[in-house]
Amino acid sequence: MQFMALIYNAEGSEASYEGGMEKIMADYWQFGEEAKAAGVMVTGDALEAVSTATSIRVRNGKADLTDGPFAETKEQLGGYYLLECKDLDQAIEWAQKIPTAKYGTIEVRPVMVFEK
Amino acid sequence: MIELETHLTRALRKSSGRILASLIKSFGDFDKAEDALQDAAAEALRVWPQKGIPDNPAAWLHTAAKRRAIDKIRKDTRHHSKETQQILLDLDANKEDMAETDYDIPDERLRLIFTCCHPALSPEAQLALTLRTLGGLTVREIARAFLSSEPAMLQRITRAKKKIRDAGIPYEIPKVEQLAERRQIVQKTIYLIFNESYSAFEGQTLTRKDLANEAIRLAALLFRLDPHPETGGLLALMQFTNARHAARTDENGQMVSLEQQNRGLWDHETIHQANEMLVVQFKQGKFGPYQLQAAISGLHCQATSWATTDWQQIVALYHALTAFDPSPVVQLNATMAQANLGNPIQALKELSLLEDELVAYQPFYAARAEMHIMLKDKDAARADLAKAIALTSNKVEIQFLQAKHDTLL
Repeated sequence: MQFMALIYNAEGSEASYEGGMEKIMADYWQFGEEAKAAGVMVTGDALEAVSTATSIRVRNGKADLTDGPFAETKEQLGGYYLLECKDLDQAIEWAQKIPTAKYGTIEVRPVMVFEK
Repeated sequence: MIELETHLTRALRKSSGRILASLIKSFGDFDKAEDALQDAAAEALRVWPQKGIPDNPAAWLHTAAKRRAIDKIRKDTRHHSKETQQILLDLDANKEDMAETDYDIPDERLRLIFTCCHPALSPEAQLALTLRTLGGLTVREIARAFLSSEPAMLQRITRAKKKIRDAGIPYEIPKVEQLAERRQIVQKTIYLIFNESYSAFEGQTLTRKDLANEAIRLAALLFRLDPHPETGGLLALMQFTNARHAARTDENGQMVSLEQQNRGLWDHETIHQANEMLVVQFKQGKFGPYQLQAAISGLHCQATSWATTDWQQIVALYHALTAFDPSPVVQLNATMAQANLGNPIQALKELSLLEDELVAYQPFYAARAEMHIMLKDKDAARADLAKAIALTSNKVEIQFLQAKHDTLL
């Protein structure tokens, strides 16, 4: 099964990470290597700050754009991984290793499979 | 016909958990398994009158359910995916089993226990699903036991099953690294079921007693499949509590405090069993909160009166318990046990430190009232009893507290 691990944290909360920004980057790099070696990693990316977000809604055929994210919440989507796991337990195990799990929240959800 | 239905009901009551657990393993789906078992029960009502009741009704039902499910999969051409083909191949490989009805149904209940109590499900969903699948209780019975409506309970169970299927919750016993944590969740779920039977006893008394028995049955099952000392401790704890059940209310349905209970009404056979169980667990030296609570309950059960209770040991056990669970409720109990050793003034001082945290907890004021009574301060005792009364909506408890209040006038 493929699981999407959505990485949420309040912007600026990285500061609470032991070892600071440099350590976070190093730990993310290590997570990526480990997940690749285990055959779990499908893909993953970090997103630019939420200040760069534009939300788009088409209503009555007309695109309505707003400056900002879909929902104004303290914790925002900051990145994602797509992971290939046997089941939810394995996905949870890998989600726990994502550095942001220590100061933010990782939401895991299976990717929907449409029957042909 | 009535005799036949009794046989069927008994077989289902006793074995539906085991049958379902095995069917879910075979078909990888809760709903398919439940539907198949329901079909098998209907088939039994048709076939048994002609062919007689089988020697092993549970195995018969299991076989019939498997056949039904396979027929359905074969008919349902839309679902001939690779996985389904594999299920059919696996089942064909076990054909010999299916011809024979006198065999042991493979016991997959430990998988079922851990799946129903998976932490990705809400605690309410865990409770409902465990009672439904492992306990074999009907949705109506579960709804009544939890003072909820049947549609709401059905929705809760349906959602839980959907999450198991769609979120990829595995039907497996957790790996060694996760086992300790996951076992604690299962123990907690079982204890919640048990406590639910004691939380409110107006009306519904019968259903609630069944719930306590169900929790004990589940703990015994978990212990048999995964013999951990804390599960043994939990089992003993619930048995000790349940053994005093008959003495907890008088002939008018009024609550009787432990101090005043007629100890002759206690189930001494069960107390003896629970004690033997607990001693064996303690010898393993892996202590935990359930074993300690069971030991405290066991000391109460073995005392011939309130006065001759071994308070010294109870206090020591409460102190050990605070190391695992430093909650104010445990501290309250530790303080009360200490007071029975004869220093209510000291106890009153310690209680005042807990008041902020327990300001909405009825037993706190009931307990402090006891201290005031010991110190012959009737006014303060009445004031605390009034606070306790205001904090409960349970009629039996209100009557109990009110009666105590009125004796102090």
